[in-house]
Amino acid sequence: MTDNTLILSVIIHLFTAIVLLALWRKTVAQRIISVVGSVVAMVIAIRLFTAVWDNGILTMQAAGWDAPFGITFVADVFSSTMVLLTSFSGIAVSIYSATGVARGRMLYGYFPILHLLLMGLNGAFLTGDIFNLYVWFEVIIIASFVLMTLGGRRAQIEGSVKYMAMNVLASTFFLTGIGILYGITGTLNMADLSLKIAALENRKLVDIVSIFFIVGFGIKSAVFPLYFWLPSSYHTPPSAVAAIFGGLLTKVGIYALFRVFTLIFIPDEFLRTLLVVLAIFTILTGSFGAVIKNNIRRVFSYLIVCHIGFMVGGLGMYSEIAITGALFYLIHDMMVKTNIFLIAGLIRKLRGTMNMDKLGGLYAEYPLLSLVVALVLFSLVGIPPLSGFWPKIYLFEAGFMDAQYPLLVAIIIGSFVTLYVIAKLWAKVFWKNQPTLPAEENYTDEFKPMSAFRKSLLVVPIVFLMAIALYIGLAAENVALVAKHIARDMKDMTPYIEAVLGTNVSP
Amino acid sequence: MLIAVLAGLFVSVLLIPLGRLFKGRLAVLISLLPTSLFAYFASFIPTIANGEAISFHYPWVPSLGVDFHFRLDGLSLLFSLLITGIGSLVFLYASSYLKGHRYLDRFYAYLSLFMASMLGLVLADNVLLLFIFWELTSISSFFLIGFNNEDANSRKSSLTALAVTGGGGFLLMAGLILMGHLSGTYAIQEMLNASSFLKAHPWYPAILALIFAGAFTKSAQFPFHFWLPGAMKAPTPISAYLHSATMVKAGVYLLARLYPILGGTEYWTYPLIVVGGITMFYGAFHSIFRTDLKSILAYSTISALGILVFLIGIGTEQALLAAAVFILVHALYKASLFLTTGVLDHETGTREITQLGGLRKVLLPLAIAGLLAALSSAGLPFTFGFIGKDQIYEATLHTEGIMPIVLTSLAVITNILLLYAGLLVGLKPFAGKLPERYQAVHLPHWLMWTPPLLLALMGIAFGAFPALIDASLLNPAATAMINETFDSPLKLWHGFNLVLLLSGITLALGALLYLMRKPSSKSMASIERFNYLAPQYIFGKLARAVRRFAARYTRTLHNGFLRVYLFRIIMFAVLLLGFRLFTGGPIQWIPAHLSPISVYEVAVLGILIAAIFLTVNTSSRLTAVVATSVIGYCICLLFVFYSAPDLAMTQFTIDTLTVVLFVLVLFRLPPFLNLANRRDRIRDWLLASSFGAIIALITIQAMNQPFDDAVSKFYGENAYVLAKGKNVVNVILVDFRGIDTMFEVVVLSIAAIGVVSLLKLKLKASEKE
Repeated sequence: MTDNTLILSVIIHLFTAIVLLALWRKTVAQRIISVVGSVVAMVIAIRLFTAVWDNGILTMQAAGWDAPFGITFVADVFSSTMVLLTSFSGIAVSIYSATGVARGRMLYGYFPILHLLLMGLNGAFLTGDIFNLYVWFEVIIIASFVLMTLGGRRAQIEGSVKYMAMNVLASTFFLTGIGILYGITGTLNMADLSLKIAALENRKLVDIVSIFFIVGFGIKSAVFPLYFWLPSSYHTPPSAVAAIFGGLLTKVGIYALFRVFTLIFIPDEFLRTLLVVLAIFTILTGSFGAVIKNNIRRVFSYLIVCHIGFMVGGLGMYSEIAITGALFYLIHDMMVKTNIFLIAGLIRKLRGTMNMDKLGGLYAEYPLLSLVVALVLFSLVGIPPLSGFWPKIYLFEAGFMDAQYPLLVAIIIGSFVTLYVIAKLWAKVFWKNQPTLPAEENYTDEFKPMSAFRKSLLVVPIVFLMAIALYIGLAAENVALVAKHIARDMKDMTPYIEAVLGTNVSP
Repeated sequence: MLIAVLAGLFVSVLLIPLGRLFKGRLAVLISLLPTSLFAYFASFIPTIANGEAISFHYPWVPSLGVDFHFRLDGLSLLFSLLITGIGSLVFLYASSYLKGHRYLDRFYAYLSLFMASMLGLVLADNVLLLFIFWELTSISSFFLIGFNNEDANSRKSSLTALAVTGGGGFLLMAGLILMGHLSGTYAIQEMLNASSFLKAHPWYPAILALIFAGAFTKSAQFPFHFWLPGAMKAPTPISAYLHSATMVKAGVYLLARLYPILGGTEYWTYPLIVVGGITMFYGAFHSIFRTDLKSILAYSTISALGILVFLIGIGTEQALLAAAVFILVHALYKASLFLTTGVLDHETGTREITQLGGLRKVLLPLAIAGLLAALSSAGLPFTFGFIGKDQIYEATLHTEGIMPIVLTSLAVITNILLLYAGLLVGLKPFAGKLPERYQAVHLPHWLMWTPPLLLALMGIAFGAFPALIDASLLNPAATAMINETFDSPLKLWHGFNLVLLLSGITLALGALLYLMRKPSSKSMASIERFNYLAPQYIFGKLARAVRRFAARYTRTLHNGFLRVYLFRIIMFAVLLLGFRLFTGGPIQWIPAHLSPISVYEVAVLGILIAAIFLTVNTSSRLTAVVATSVIGYCICLLFVFYSAPDLAMTQFTIDTLTVVLFVLVLFRLPPFLNLANRRDRIRDWLLASSFGAIIALITIQAMNQPFDDAVSKFYGENAYVLAKGKNVVNVILVDFRGIDTMFEVVVLSIAAIGVVSLLKLKLKASEKE
């Protein structure tokens, strides 16, 4: 069904960003507009999701050029779910930023770029054109790069050089892949590509091209051995930025992997094995890193890598159950990962550091906050019946069905390490007494003297995302239905292709 | 039923806002929760005794086969009554024991959460639902062990406990899912039908291994037992409740629950007998070397858990009945001893057995409780312990082959040691002379001494009048394990037989041991010499080794050098692309498909290559950046040759901006160092050229493919007709694919903002985020 309003999810952020740019240096107004923009974006996203859920796939042919000649935007359950989750993260980060980000950064375009980043994410989720996807990736990279460097601290710059270098490399692979893909099919429309690639006789060429996408998206989603940019950079920017990155950036890579490798390339035996092997190493690498790090954000960064492995492993197994599990995990992960970085930021506000050895006493001082944090951390671990638990059932079932024992072992190790690391973090940061620090490291709580309103700006987003995570856990049935629906769509692309190209798909 | 299970959860949630109200004397009121639940479950006794079972079913996550599926049968009723009954006493006791503690409200919140989880665990009729509650008990145990969170040892113990039980939990989860996957359901009642199929399946041993891993870690079986003594860091009521009477029996419960589905085979019997046997002996043996009352109790609990696993392993009717009896026996006397110890600790400030003595003179009711509990644990006639011991010997004697001799003697030795341990805790502190310093000790609030006394009295009552509970409670429990009705009334008096003789020997030798052996800290030291053989030590060493490996692994992989990262990424791509290129068919090379090369192209290519050389070889960052921009411009020129001047113009702009941005970033970096040696350079050259070669080959492969020009033809034909533009490229850029262009413009604007901010904004390190 054609519905041109689906592009509103993109436009709202562009519009917000333009308004924000017009309010250059007016930081109070910017904060308000940013939150308002995010709220509107969420309403739009909810509307889009319900529309897609009720009526099926929606499409928009940009500038009125029919597919495959123009650029098509497609909202199916997968993309509208991603847009919805992005809007949740977006609203949380928008509110949190109001007090969580230094005014200096706001003076130099923090808010407009944040919204342009969100716009890029929504664009990437909604586009049905592979080159247009590349454009959105460009938007995302440049916006995230600017957000990362904004402030110009040395550590930030160093982290962002690595980030930029590897992500540009990823784009290069992606773009090369697109170039060759266009050369052999003459089209950029993903639905059209799906048909043309399936019909192509030169399978070898198809196999080769698919590697470019594996490498490109693999870098983006921080898969072993391409993950290096993530632990190099995620601990440098302000926490609000790290939250958007942690929750959404790698997940765009995962989104693209799932989209391209279910719609365009159907992985053969080799690719599936490759993905499973990469997933195993990704999980182990993330686990090892998380075990030894002492800085909260670095621990979280490695946990991102670890959990990326769960999703890539699900894609590698490729059965409907496995994909359902991976998607459920993706939904859970986006909400929880955003939140843990916000929490890390809040801890920094309270204590001035993220080094676990120098932290302590939060449980005694902030009991309610500790409870909220505990719920989020346990969701991350997947303590049943919280959100991280359910997808593992699917993944285990799929693993047994597919006889993927090494992957199962890796998932168990990854889960165990997550549990251990988080429990250790809890004991060190919350239970332990605040250790006495040398005088030069003395720090006064920034949070305590704040007005109740400013405090709530920091806490409300965390509680909001926690509530969503709780919903994912306790009303798992609804999420399972969504994940199942998406997995079914991935196994049978005909509805997608027909929605994009019109109803003339020959079987 | 759902309300009954979740009531604890509601209470703990309610305690979050209302906690302050219940910090004082009102804390006693929270005990209404377990007592009313106890009454609720007790009301089911007649129904269950009739051999009925009550099921409740509420949908929750049907997609995953997980529903609120509860079933109350003999086994779950026994456990439910234990949980709520002992729970009631512990709730009451704690209100006095922890009176005035600043976290009393949190304590009750955790405790209520635990009780809810434990009830859910024993009532669940769905293995995944059971697992959910299983994990929740681990988590609540984590919080309760670490309740004194400012003590480093408490934190460490709670982490260890969580790591062991949590690790086992993940394996259990895998086992349960495998089991559910094979039998096509997660509902326990439906799994019963799949029993013979599961037992014949090649994965049956794997299922058992995974489930045993879960049960053994939770129920503190050797070699995973070491978390339990550490868990004694929890307040004593917690030790009594979680780490003796209820939670640690979850593993035993699981085995008993799954016995009708998986039990009775060799794979089931031998591991359980061996592990249970080792554990019961190991625990009992270790208990006699301890001098800390709670340590003694911890190790004797480990031993008791071993006995239970051992009995379920034997798996005969007698053994299962013995298990049911012993679960109750042990819970009663052990909880009583723990609570007694708690009072001693509370009143005298020490738990060292060598320090305590003669306290009967000041704490008489407690002394009675301790004595009765010790007698029950000793298995003196007319105590419930006697029946328990009796049943165990009956069970071991009625096995086959040489098993009776081996197993029975093992059981006898274990019981002798346990008897000694029981007397040490229940009798020793009250016997003998009262030391000077304890003259002033006085009886605490009655809420603290009545619960242990009540438990101990029950032990005597059930022993003297087994008819009180055998048909109503214990037979149904055993029936649930065997999954067929059976009826075997508990008797106090079996006549003069071998069992009685064994009981006599146990009693005599145990009493003798108590009279002969004086506990001292020396004996503790003597056993500590063998610590390097202890599982705890070995696991610790293993964990440290893993950590070291993890550190080395992470530092090697993530060593901070961008060029190394890039090298690896390219290497990865070369390997994969190369593999795909050189396998799965010949590489095509058809020169006819290639167009002739013009002079301009050669010239630009020459500049390009020169620029590349310059970029790579220069030692100045600025030169490198400038040279890179030359490369970029050369590529733009190539666009010009291939009839896309508009594109080239865009590219020029973007390139320029990027270069500016990069220069700004680079200026903030430390001065350029050339770290690469000759070998590295050669390696890098090799990689770079093979990458280039592979890309070139792939491109040529793609060129051989006939181009499908439907889309480009459409553009060519309709640019003027429909889009009213004479320049096709322009029309593509601004109309056909206008969206791309529009957002590339956005990219440019973002970059521009980035440039401004990089130029102007420099936050100090001391400033906030």
